[in-house]
Amino acid sequence: MLRLLAPKVLGYNSVCKQLLRNMTDSSKPIESVIRKKLKDAFSPTHLDVINESYMHNVPKGAETHFKVVVVSDKFTDLALLKRHQMVNSLLSYELQHGVHALSIVAKTPSQWNDSDKIVKPSPNCRGGFGK
Amino acid sequence: MFASRFVTASKFIRQFATKSEDIAGMIKNNKVVVFMKGVPEEPRCGFSNAVVQIMRMHGVQYDAHDVLKDETLRQGIKEFSNWPTIPQVFINGDFVGGCDILLQMHQNGELIEELKKVGIESALLTQEQSKEKDSTKSENN
Repeated sequence: MLRLLAPKVLGYNSVCKQLLRNMTDSSKPIESVIRKKLKDAFSPTHLDVINESYMHNVPKGAETHFKVVVVSDKFTDLALLKRHQMVNSLLSYELQHGVHALSIVAKTPSQWNDSDKIVKPSPNCRGGFGK
Repeated sequence: MFASRFVTASKFIRQFATKSEDIAGMIKNNKVVVFMKGVPEEPRCGFSNAVVQIMRMHGVQYDAHDVLKDETLRQGIKEFSNWPTIPQVFINGDFVGGCDILLQMHQNGELIEELKKVGIESALLTQEQSKEKDSTKSENN
């Protein structure tokens, strides 16, 4: 039982530490970390980090559901699956500690310019699609 | 104490190994296999629901596994495919992606092509063809 609990407690502590480290934007600590990591890793020409947690059954101000829009040269010639894997692995810590939904739009600058640049919100957790 | 610990550890390893073999079997059981939250008749998450709706539009028959019913499967599938979120879609035993990727494949026509490769004719394609037939008929008339 203790063994089961231990990783959770440790995880919680490190999340707290991370929260403290990122007090620059105290209201959105995880959003800020995600933004910084993506910025550093992909030097994106366009970056959006959207907190979609309000659409789900979680407390107000929660940071559990995110959508990220990353437009970067680094995605050139890479398949969609590979691009998503890059973003997922970059944010694997966050995904294991609190963030449980991550929707990804990963485009190259030319794909982004050719698109309508409208990113639709993700479906609601409960009762999506007119239910 | 030490012995019992050892037993627990080996049990744990065996359990995990079996799970990974189980998953390898599951993904080969049908041409299209989906790991989701809830069941197709009642998805318990919007992302899973989106995948179900896409599959329905293409008229695909698939195996669905509810990860909410089985915590080992929920964790196991994430490790198996090295993908952190649910839903997960497999075609012909290959991991294709989650909701975002499937949606994009649906929008750009890639899904029709991927299904064709494994011998599944998308219902959207069939509808399109019968529409074309109809329109040629009316032109002829």
